[in-house]
Amino acid sequence: MKKVLALVLAIMMVLSFSACGSGETDTDEDAVLKVGFIYIGVINDGGFTQTHHEGTMKLEEHFKGKVETAYIEGVDDGDKQASLTAALNLIDQGCNVIVGTSFGFMDALDELANSGDYDDVYFFHFSGSKSNDTNFENYFGAIEEPRYLSGMVAGMMTETNLIGYVAAYPYTEVHIGIDAFTLGVQSVNPDAQVKVIFINSWYDPEKERAAGDELMAAGCDILAQHCDTTGPQLAAAEAGGYSIGYNYPNNVAPEAYLTAPIWHHDMYLIDRIQKILDGTFVPENYYGNMAEGYVDLAEMTDLVPADVQAAVFAKKQEIVDGDFAPFSGYIEYNDGTVMNKEGHSMSVAEIWEITGLVKGAK
Amino acid sequence: MEGFLATCIVAATPLLFATVGELLTEKAGHLNLGVEGMMLMGAVIGFLAALKTDSALIALLAACFAGAGGALIFAILTVTLRANQVVTGLTLTIFGSGFAGFVGQPILGSMVPAKTSAFFVKRAVPLLGSIPFLGPVMFRQDIFVYLSYGVVIIVAFYLYRTKPGLNLRAVGESAPSADASGINVTLYKYVHILTGGALCGLGGAYLSLVRVPIWQADVVNGRGWIAVALVIFVSWNPLKAFLGAMLFGGLSIVGLRMQAMGVSVSQYLVDMIPYVSTIVIVILSSYKKGKEKQPPRDLGNPYFREER
Repeated sequence: MKKVLALVLAIMMVLSFSACGSGETDTDEDAVLKVGFIYIGVINDGGFTQTHHEGTMKLEEHFKGKVETAYIEGVDDGDKQASLTAALNLIDQGCNVIVGTSFGFMDALDELANSGDYDDVYFFHFSGSKSNDTNFENYFGAIEEPRYLSGMVAGMMTETNLIGYVAAYPYTEVHIGIDAFTLGVQSVNPDAQVKVIFINSWYDPEKERAAGDELMAAGCDILAQHCDTTGPQLAAAEAGGYSIGYNYPNNVAPEAYLTAPIWHHDMYLIDRIQKILDGTFVPENYYGNMAEGYVDLAEMTDLVPADVQAAVFAKKQEIVDGDFAPFSGYIEYNDGTVMNKEGHSMSVAEIWEITGLVKGAK
Repeated sequence: MEGFLATCIVAATPLLFATVGELLTEKAGHLNLGVEGMMLMGAVIGFLAALKTDSALIALLAACFAGAGGALIFAILTVTLRANQVVTGLTLTIFGSGFAGFVGQPILGSMVPAKTSAFFVKRAVPLLGSIPFLGPVMFRQDIFVYLSYGVVIIVAFYLYRTKPGLNLRAVGESAPSADASGINVTLYKYVHILTGGALCGLGGAYLSLVRVPIWQADVVNGRGWIAVALVIFVSWNPLKAFLGAMLFGGLSIVGLRMQAMGVSVSQYLVDMIPYVSTIVIVILSSYKKGKEKQPPRDLGNPYFREER
């Protein structure tokens, strides 16, 4: 008797599960588009992930009622299985668009997009290099443009003619940033040098701080950074210098903070989601620039003199109008080899083939 | 040079607290691999206390209690329940980083309030601060650093010049013998494991309150493991721990300094040196067989009173 009862109960349970399952598919058929984000950090990290999340919030605001968002934060992007799990979790929650915001999510998204099981799901990936023709695209931006402008600010404001730069790893994306910054510095102050320390980590608050201290001790009076925490800004403030942030205009040391190259991810997201809603979306490898408003220089603080601000605004206008590009004209590496010939403006592909530091940075 | 040594001391301070804390724990015969976790717990609770009360003293106490709290879990599991110490310690590390992540999540990006950070500014010690060379290196630091000097001296004195210190070493060498001579083994183990945890908590709090006074996830970033290696490196001697922490702290920033001076050397190689030198020391000390250089003999063995 007991066995029969157990069997009946088990069958009931299975049936109720499948009932739940069909309930979920019903919500999938709603008109609402759901966009799921995979973040490497947490949404209030004051930097990289917070910038992405603000884009997400603006996206939801823009399509109020028509688009829902969901996110999973703190996903280890070095762990492909964790990335896959996060993406599948979001798909299970009914997301039709999956956005991976860190380089390491690339292979997981690539696998899902090309698996054939998720052809009705769109995959967007920040800072990667893979894509397909139907539902997977990567996006990034010309952060070198605002970096060049921030270099101008530093070049005009330095008194010791030595500017520090705390960088993560010596690889292409970071090199591009340092080079654009240095070109900006030297465009207004050919005597100024940029001193670079690589900390070989994307995230080590203490080490970023220590690197900032070292640069200030070596005679720098302004610090710029390509790493995720605000350590260099604190180091600059304590030593009485100035700092230029990155990613997010956060002002942890108001007595030192000048400006920061920043991202406006909402601009990209709103455009793409609109295209998906219209049914006109086709993957292309997106590379947003300052003219489109995808990247920008954060508002300069009052510490930046008016004439410097005016010069930077003028150059910004030239870049926006297409009259100037940071990587144009004669440029050479710091070992003397030629990066770019006179009279040529480097294409995006050429910029992403940069292998080292330009003259003036070391 | 003076400037570099002064920054070495700053880099050494969190390591020094954690090393002396782990040293006390190991002298009681317990290998606590949860240093990283206890440091993180101290870092987050110390920071939270500073944020809520804006009192440096309360923040320091809170960090002590948080570290000791982590150690209490370890002590209950390994002393009373006689669980495997290695596994328990590793668990504590994982627990501690989860705890710090969870508790710290809402306050990410907040700063240490003004009064607390003003308490931790660098101040020169009168007289001592004007000694040539040593003054600028050692005695123009913040109060937290001076506290670490005090801890080293007190622990060294306690271990080698007091009766409870002798008893503690006896417990670590041979718990059955210590028990037979009338020492309350369980009490000694608990007290020193908890004190060790409190010191680890302080080490973590130095990072979050003084070094990077903005709460960020995982400020400790592996320094707890360096401290575990350091205990072996300094052969369980608190005075040597000071020099060892200076050396390992210095190694963590020497790569940066060399880059700033324009010398190119791989940071990865420099980062390896602490661990490689620890392995070398372990090999050397196993050849020398000096009594003082050996780990406490009962290290890692749970004590069953019935099995004398």
